[in-house]
Amino acid sequence: MEVAQFIIQILNGLSYGLLLFLLAAGLSLIFGLMGIINLAHGSYYMLGAYLGLTIMKTSANFILALVGAATLVALLGLIMERVFFRGLYKQELDQVLLTFGFIYIFMDLAKYLWGGTPRSLPTPPLLEGSLEIFGAAFPVYRLALIVSGLAVALLLRLFLEKTRTGMIIRAGVDDKEMVTALAINIKLYFSIIFALGAFLAAFGGVMGGPVIGAYPGLDFEILVLALAVVVVGGLGTLRGAFWGSILVGFIDTFSKALFPSFSMLTIYIAMALILILKPSGLLGRMELS
Amino acid sequence: MTPCTSSRLLRLVVILILLVLPFVLSSYGLSIFTKVLIFGILAMSLDILIGYTGLVSFNHASFLGISAYTVGILAVHGINNFWLTLPAGIIAALLLAMVLGLLVLRSSDAYFLMITLAFGQMLYALAWRWRSLTGGDDGLAGIPRPEIGLPISMNDYHNFYYLVLIFFGLSFYALSKFIRSSLGRSIIGVRESESRMQALGYNTWALKYLAYIVAAGFAGLAGVLFVYFNGFISPEDLSWSLSGMIMLMVIIGGAGTLIGPVIGVGVIFILQNFISAYTERWPLFIGIIFVICVMYARNGIVGYLLKLEAKRRRCNESPGSKEHL
Repeated sequence: MEVAQFIIQILNGLSYGLLLFLLAAGLSLIFGLMGIINLAHGSYYMLGAYLGLTIMKTSANFILALVGAATLVALLGLIMERVFFRGLYKQELDQVLLTFGFIYIFMDLAKYLWGGTPRSLPTPPLLEGSLEIFGAAFPVYRLALIVSGLAVALLLRLFLEKTRTGMIIRAGVDDKEMVTALAINIKLYFSIIFALGAFLAAFGGVMGGPVIGAYPGLDFEILVLALAVVVVGGLGTLRGAFWGSILVGFIDTFSKALFPSFSMLTIYIAMALILILKPSGLLGRMELS
Repeated sequence: MTPCTSSRLLRLVVILILLVLPFVLSSYGLSIFTKVLIFGILAMSLDILIGYTGLVSFNHASFLGISAYTVGILAVHGINNFWLTLPAGIIAALLLAMVLGLLVLRSSDAYFLMITLAFGQMLYALAWRWRSLTGGDDGLAGIPRPEIGLPISMNDYHNFYYLVLIFFGLSFYALSKFIRSSLGRSIIGVRESESRMQALGYNTWALKYLAYIVAAGFAGLAGVLFVYFNGFISPEDLSWSLSGMIMLMVIIGGAGTLIGPVIGVGVIFILQNFISAYTERWPLFIGIIFVICVMYARNGIVGYLLKLEAKRRRCNESPGSKEHL
């Protein structure tokens, strides 16, 4: 591999990894606070991409599509949490089974509303074209993916560390009982984190739209990648989700370039290795007994 | 009539009905019933994990699929003797469980379900991509009914039904013996409290590993029967959506009972036939049924019946034998 090609692949891995981070962050924080894996997270991503497509078609405004789709899906997440999860408070396994049921519902609804043929979001005109990096072309849009992913990561970090809400969320991840004992309504924060997670996933769906598109089966494909990220990086921390995403993004990109036919296996091999060597993930905070 | 003789009578009636079904049902009805029995074995085997061991495994279709593909690949190469393909399919499922078990059982709860889900998807992707072996997304078609070394043709759907019935009966008997054995009791102990079982000196990891392999073996048996029943195998048969459907069957029928999952299979297939006649939105209905079941009927049909029975008994008799299965 030439130097230029190598750098392009690094940038590709980075942009893909940061896209995955948008999903993994929500997945990981929801788990940290509520103790459940939201299996409908990939569906949020897919719904985001489809909704973004529809909004973009009617308004031709990428920013509106981005914010609109993410807000709609965040509302959906909020309704799911309020209506369905509240009824199963503290029954984590049942809540996970519930999210699994919702995958079927969203999958079929998306197929009904948007059909079965793969769709693609248009690249916003401002971000079309490509840059030249050491003589090789690199799309401007992917650079925008990197920048926006990094910006979201930074904002999330500031939110969690500097705001009162963020502090309570971090405290809740550490010790839910103690937070409740301090007369804080933890259930409110369940709603906040659930909606935030859904927002980020759908945001990712629209951002990834011009590169990955939207098609049936995308929900599960992206869910499995996000699960791989949290297995590799560890659950419950932003840091784990961030570095896990970057690592999985690199592994996926480089294996696609090096051995295309069986590239998908490398992610699972990485997962298996992590499980053997460090079952709680590279930066996980959950200690496994 | 004492409860014991009444349940024995019920059992006899059920067996008799199962035996005379081919003379009563149309070929379509019988084919649905054959499918119910095959998936009954599969659902019972998943229930060993979900209901008895407390392992909520999200990739049970993988074991069905690997066994079915093994039989399908053998059939493509002209090997169709049932007494060769049957052990081959089961062994493939057992081997997969032995390897996968080492990985997935290192973790528990959230990690366990994520990892089973992910590895299930890996096998699905593998079946999709490994075109030279599996036929890719076209799958393997035209798999003939097996030769069983007797002058009985399995192309006759009555005969095939009886073959499936025999294996269903054997599986039901073997699994009920298994969960009543001291080994089975210790596995239920792991579900109830793993730490307590460890404190009592049990190797809980080994118990879980064993349950995982046993469940995979029976799922492998179901896979062999399934591929001969269908005559076709494709990546969809090891997809997450099939795994989820089996899980729904176990939950709707009643996890933690052996007969529950079989009833669940019946209910889901009847619903599927009914709903598919009117609309193409079957996955939507699976999702809705899933949500309703988890929210309002977590103990399933059999769980509900057992509760009624216990209530009735409390009213009628003095609190005596609480033991029931």
